[in-house]
Amino acid sequence: MTGPAISFQGVTRRYPQKGGSDVVALHDIWLDVPQGAITGIIGRSGAGKSTLLRMVNGLERPSAGKVIVNERDVGAASDASLRRIRREVGMIFQHFNLLASRTVAENIALPLEIAGEDRAKIAPRVTELIERVGLTAQAGRYPAELSGGQKQRVGIARALATGPRVLLSDEATSALDPDTTRQVLELLQRINRELGLTILLITHEMAVVRDICSHVAVIEGGRIVEAGETYAVFSKPAHPTTRSFLTGVTGVAVPQFVAGQMRDAPQGPEAEAVVQVTFIGSHATDPMLARLTSERGVSVNILAGAIEEIGTRPFGSLIVALPAQRLEESRRFLEEHGLLTEVLGYVG
Amino acid sequence: MSANLIPILWQATLQTLYMVAMSTLLGTLIGGPLGVFLATSRRGELLSAPWLNTVLGLVVNAARSTPFIILVVAIIPFTRLIAGTSIGTTAAIVPLTIAAAPFIARLIETAIREVDAGLIEAARAMGATPMQIVRKVLISEAMPGIILGLTLAVVSLIGYSAMVGAVGGEGLGDLGIRYGYQRFMPEVMLAVVVILIVLVQLVQSAGEWIAARFDKRAPRNRGR
Repeated sequence: MTGPAISFQGVTRRYPQKGGSDVVALHDIWLDVPQGAITGIIGRSGAGKSTLLRMVNGLERPSAGKVIVNERDVGAASDASLRRIRREVGMIFQHFNLLASRTVAENIALPLEIAGEDRAKIAPRVTELIERVGLTAQAGRYPAELSGGQKQRVGIARALATGPRVLLSDEATSALDPDTTRQVLELLQRINRELGLTILLITHEMAVVRDICSHVAVIEGGRIVEAGETYAVFSKPAHPTTRSFLTGVTGVAVPQFVAGQMRDAPQGPEAEAVVQVTFIGSHATDPMLARLTSERGVSVNILAGAIEEIGTRPFGSLIVALPAQRLEESRRFLEEHGLLTEVLGYVG
Repeated sequence: MSANLIPILWQATLQTLYMVAMSTLLGTLIGGPLGVFLATSRRGELLSAPWLNTVLGLVVNAARSTPFIILVVAIIPFTRLIAGTSIGTTAAIVPLTIAAAPFIARLIETAIREVDAGLIEAARAMGATPMQIVRKVLISEAMPGIILGLTLAVVSLIGYSAMVGAVGGEGLGDLGIRYGYQRFMPEVMLAVVVILIVLVQLVQSAGEWIAARFDKRAPRNRGR
């Protein structure tokens, strides 16, 4: 099968309100999620990403349009066929949603019990899943005795139990610390590779998209504002929302001694603008700031910076100070050469 | 206290235990499913049936707001229909059960509503049917709360059972009134009260112990 694993075709979701106009959570969404890839949907809270994700396993139904999963129309499925589709679509959650009354092994067995598997077949399958997520020593423990990262591993094993072709991830790392987040993302990446599983995740963290997603869709106000291969979207972000996510991704912060003096507007002719410059792709290695100084005579003072990789390609961010009077000209110069700029404030 | 009162007290204790045990059992058989239904049948919930939910809720509230002693007398014809007589220990089980069922239903409803909605969503995402969610998720997750609720119900029923003396239900309460009050034998009254205190204490401790055995929500610190 070469078509998309999941296809949203003109999906709209309205919530009727008593005595008022409807709330439109999703507005005419068209999006194909490729087979065997990890696709991220990024958006702020309330953007509609959670509703969109829940359309895939029919926890939410579209008001208009179609959601096609493995060539079946989920939105139009009967209750019985929807339950069959759900067994082919695993889901993991921000707060894990494990049963406190069941051990690790029993939690992982739950979807198999629900699917009506023989007890004799469940036990070896559960053992295999526990090994896959590295929790053999914890098989008999209860969720309350596990760390957040271990709980999410149980969630992942449980989601894989019925051998799904698609895995949905609802902010799966948002409740975890950075170290644990990295481990869980690595596990997701590994199962994507080893099982050829299609993963669709929602997040509000660009770092998650940067680390594991080959494809990304940016959602804002119930609309997809930008979508495509992660690197393509990152190198030419067209929408302001994408840009604001992108400038936050490197985690470079204005140094304390500057942040304390920053104002919203320049004061006097000596004022300097504090600008975040984001470098993508080959530009990251070009000495653009040096050229700004040598070709335009603008002196640039670097305050902070970091360069990272997305996939294997460089991606970086610098915070610089430059004369406020030359700001517009400098921004134009940098933007023309494919860099992103964002004014953070003014000093002096 | 004269020695011939001991068998009478023993007899009354057994009658009380019989009435409480039977009415708890029957009350749970009726109130349990009712409680599960009340907890899952509001609009948009698992077994969504808002109209029936409202009606049953009103019936439960009506039954619960009727004072027990009035209930006992008011349903005498019904008791006679079910038990064949309206007098005696077995007959007393009928009003006790009718009082227990709505009470237990509300206690179980409350326990089930405590279960995190995320677990229901997770089970739905696994393709569970509503009945599977009730059996495998809601009841097992609510078990500690259900046990504590039933403990509360048993303790209340021990108190109610003292009132069924009004229809010849016998038991400890009836003994206390007839011997202790009407025949002016305060030592019988005292003995009855002491036995009731011990019974309630035993039931409460047993209930808490069983509930703790079911409760896996907090890490266990002992035995490791």
